[in-house]
Amino acid sequence: MREELIVSGRMNPHIDPQLQIWEWHIPAYLFLGGLAAGILFFAGYFFIKGKSEEYPTAVKLAPIITPVLIVLGLVFLFLDLKHKLYFWRLYTAIKLESPMSWGAWTLMFIMPLSGIWAALNIESLFPKWDWKFDFVKNAIKWLRNYQKPIAWAMMILSVILGIYTGILLSAFNARPLWNTSILGPLFLVSGMSTGAAAIIILSKSKKERHTFAQIDLLLIAIELFLIVHMFMGFRASSQVQIDASEMFLGGDFTAPFWVFVVGLGLVIPAALEVMEMRNKKVPYMVAPALVLMGGLLFRFIMAYAGQMSRWLY
Amino acid sequence: MRYAMAVDTKKCVGCSDCVVACQTENDVPIGYCRDWIVEVTDGTYPQLELEHRSERCNHCENSPCVRCCPTGASHYSDGGIVMVTKNKCIGCGACIASCPYDARYTHPKGYVDKCTFCIHRVQKGQQPACVAVCPTKCMYFGDLDDPNSDVSKVIKKRKYKTLIPEAGTKPQLYFLI
Repeated sequence: MREELIVSGRMNPHIDPQLQIWEWHIPAYLFLGGLAAGILFFAGYFFIKGKSEEYPTAVKLAPIITPVLIVLGLVFLFLDLKHKLYFWRLYTAIKLESPMSWGAWTLMFIMPLSGIWAALNIESLFPKWDWKFDFVKNAIKWLRNYQKPIAWAMMILSVILGIYTGILLSAFNARPLWNTSILGPLFLVSGMSTGAAAIIILSKSKKERHTFAQIDLLLIAIELFLIVHMFMGFRASSQVQIDASEMFLGGDFTAPFWVFVVGLGLVIPAALEVMEMRNKKVPYMVAPALVLMGGLLFRFIMAYAGQMSRWLY
Repeated sequence: MRYAMAVDTKKCVGCSDCVVACQTENDVPIGYCRDWIVEVTDGTYPQLELEHRSERCNHCENSPCVRCCPTGASHYSDGGIVMVTKNKCIGCGACIASCPYDARYTHPKGYVDKCTFCIHRVQKGQQPACVAVCPTKCMYFGDLDDPNSDVSKVIKKRKYKTLIPEAGTKPQLYFLI
């Protein structure tokens, strides 16, 4: 038997008895970032493919909410900071080794891009929209000439944004649950899946919903594969990662993870999407709503469980 | 120059003098601490073994906290001492999450705080406060690049361990066993 005690009474808040440095802000931001990344990716992709008319929700309508999502995410990030007045220090340094640094820079570029994209498309959705000022009208007219490069930049940056939400966590060697390179792709795919789900919810065209249900189905399959792969990796890794996986395989997070994230958030929506494709009568809102719920819960569970996993010494 | 510290677990009695000295010297806010004592009991009665360790920031050579810091507030100072620049720190918590030793905390004023190896004393040629007050003289501090420093000599002579070297951080706190 081995017992280790801190006898001098160390009780540093947020660290003892267990790390609680990140609360709801970070997982909520990771969800919003992933969702925005997913929507912007599809908008850029289908615009470049020249399918703006075929998929108007994906290219025009859904991206209009992304500036709101990103700003809300940034507000959450700001609320999480403990030394708030110095937040601008993020933009006085470029540190390639710190995912948080290049994530902050990515947001700095993708936020105005998403705003521009929304401004370019808002008139086609609200025909009575009036910018009031001539210089705004001229600027938008000028930007319209560069819509294709903007779409490319948006698509590339959205992939970086989506993958960064996972790499942010996986860069922490000290938290074995997060310290797996699968987390980047997993968060990216999950973010794109929530993006596709949001498009299905907003879409009024049956054809568009159908296409995005197919895309979502593929993404869910990849996600399930990556989750299994992640746990296989943990089981085959060092003791600390085996311990980390135990939290999901018999430990405290077993039920919420497998029932709500994998069951209700991935398997059931996938089944509903298959049923819909076979023309069974299913309310089309249910599957994407479950996907969004699963994506949000997945990030909360990963953020909280990760802080409970640690090295032993 | 490479500053390091050695703690003799055979001499340490776990009196917590180092903890109090640090809190006094560095004006650590009440309820927080930069160093702490770990007591390890191994075995079952009556075959018991006891180990006391005075722990603090390991001033790692490959510091995850310096790597993760998005603003460059966490940095290497003289002799590899890991420091935090208060007015660059945004209090994001990345360094706290990245430290396998849980050696950092958020100061009530918002920035992240930790052991500095008492750099303000070391630069004047003095010992860190914890080392200076230790009643059993179980702690050694000095420059590992200097073969005649206290810490170099004791590490050469005695067996030692570092904490979780497998985390790849190259810790610079040596525990003599």
